[in-house]
Amino acid sequence: MNDALDVILRLLIVFVVFLTFPLIIGQTEHKVMAHMQGRLGPMYAGGFHGWAQLIADGVKFAQKEDVVPAGADRRIFQLAPAVALLPYLLVLLAIPIGPDEGAVGQVIDAGVFFVLAVMGVGVLGSLMAGWASANKFSLLGGLRTAAQLLAYELPMLLTAASVAMAAGTVSLPGILDAFEWWWLPWQIVGAIVFFVAGLAELQRPPFDMPVADSEIIFGAYTEYTGLRFALFLLAEYAGIVVLCGLTTVLFLGGWHGPWGADGLGWVWTLLKTAVLAFLVIWLRVTYPRLREDQLQKLSWTLLVPLSLAQIALTGIVKVVIQ
Amino acid sequence: MTLAATTGLLTAGPATKAAAETHGFLSPTGVEIAFVLVGLVTFGAAIVTVTTRQLVHAALWLVVTLGGLAVEYLLLTAEFIAWVQVLIYVGSVVVLLLFGLMLTKAPIGRSPDADSGNRWAALTVAVAAAAALVWVVVDAFRTTWIDLDGPAAGSTEATGASLFQNWVLPFEALSVLLLAALVGAIVLSRKAKAESAAPDARGATGRDTEGAR
Repeated sequence: MNDALDVILRLLIVFVVFLTFPLIIGQTEHKVMAHMQGRLGPMYAGGFHGWAQLIADGVKFAQKEDVVPAGADRRIFQLAPAVALLPYLLVLLAIPIGPDEGAVGQVIDAGVFFVLAVMGVGVLGSLMAGWASANKFSLLGGLRTAAQLLAYELPMLLTAASVAMAAGTVSLPGILDAFEWWWLPWQIVGAIVFFVAGLAELQRPPFDMPVADSEIIFGAYTEYTGLRFALFLLAEYAGIVVLCGLTTVLFLGGWHGPWGADGLGWVWTLLKTAVLAFLVIWLRVTYPRLREDQLQKLSWTLLVPLSLAQIALTGIVKVVIQ
Repeated sequence: MTLAATTGLLTAGPATKAAAETHGFLSPTGVEIAFVLVGLVTFGAAIVTVTTRQLVHAALWLVVTLGGLAVEYLLLTAEFIAWVQVLIYVGSVVVLLLFGLMLTKAPIGRSPDADSGNRWAALTVAVAAAAALVWVVVDAFRTTWIDLDGPAAGSTEATGASLFQNWVLPFEALSVLLLAALVGAIVLSRKAKAESAAPDARGATGRDTEGAR
């Protein structure tokens, strides 16, 4: 009975985090982007600085008609948003936010592989949407999504493997238990490669070629309306939460901080995640979109060699210090 | 299934063999029932994959099949292999398949030409291969039981230890094989580029092959 209650409580907390954190990041994006562009952003909904804007957006999306194009593959078209969104919920289960047994949804032995594998499944949702919409813009978006995933999955995996080598384990809490402060300079190249590749996998600007609105309307999501479209947007923000959380856990030491590690570890995790999420928004406002060939070139000629060099460095240092 | 069963045998063989006498096929446990049910779903999805006339649906049923296999690995406590299965096959191979299908603009609905005259030959080969595999695996692991209550027999540590202690040579041989395939693919793509492209269009085709890779 106690075990069942424990499991239900954990699932509930993860679910609440899954529902609220993406919205907080979305609202932050509204405001941060606005201020960086010298304007105010939403100010009306909810009264204080438009804090309820996203809730209003949600109500608007829910009221819209759910349209399925006549030529579309109906069932796959309707299933795609769920396939895009649910993997991020599963990944959140495995991310530890504090040092205690109770601060992670579920300890998974091969945690690094679990999170990367399940994140990769999410992209299938975009591919399904791109094909099933019976729309050439959607198809182009789906194609670009697939090409981008194939290019950036490899550096992401290699840098994660580098951290696993350094820690001698592939479990996420295990990696954090082994963390020392000097891993930060040691793994910094890997951290940058991982973060950039993760941005590309989420199709965030400057890697948003698959949804480039000035060329292919909105890529794979062109034909979507109402709640299903909102689910795709939610998947993007949930992806930001997951990516920033993972980068924090793998490279920035998660719950370790310069002081106050006892009992306040989760504050460090959340703080680092929030700073990274701010960085994601900042990058969106700062950089123009990369062209498709530049995207591929960046991955194959820069990120993959850098991640291989990081693995070599990790191996050498690991052998030397033993 | 084979690989997981192998690791199970290698790592926990002696400990579990002693307990084999107490096991039987009658009065199955919950895990065994779940294993059979997931196996049936996987089998059904595999059948649909090769019989459906809709190309992209076939690829998506393949996702279900490979995902079902991953669940079977999990039930056999081979967690590491299960996640690698999802990462490589569902996350990369199927994405590559879908990429190819989209590139050739697979139609929505039935493809009338999605059939082959070799159907019966293919069926014969498939049934023969399946029979051989089932026979070998059943014969080899008939008396092996995985202790589900003890420490996981297929955890990352156990898998890594058995792979790099007992199976280093096959592992390295496979790595060399994959490397050879990789080099071969690069040679083929470079050759095609040199033949087809005029010198001034070289950069553009180079990008295309990079994207397709």
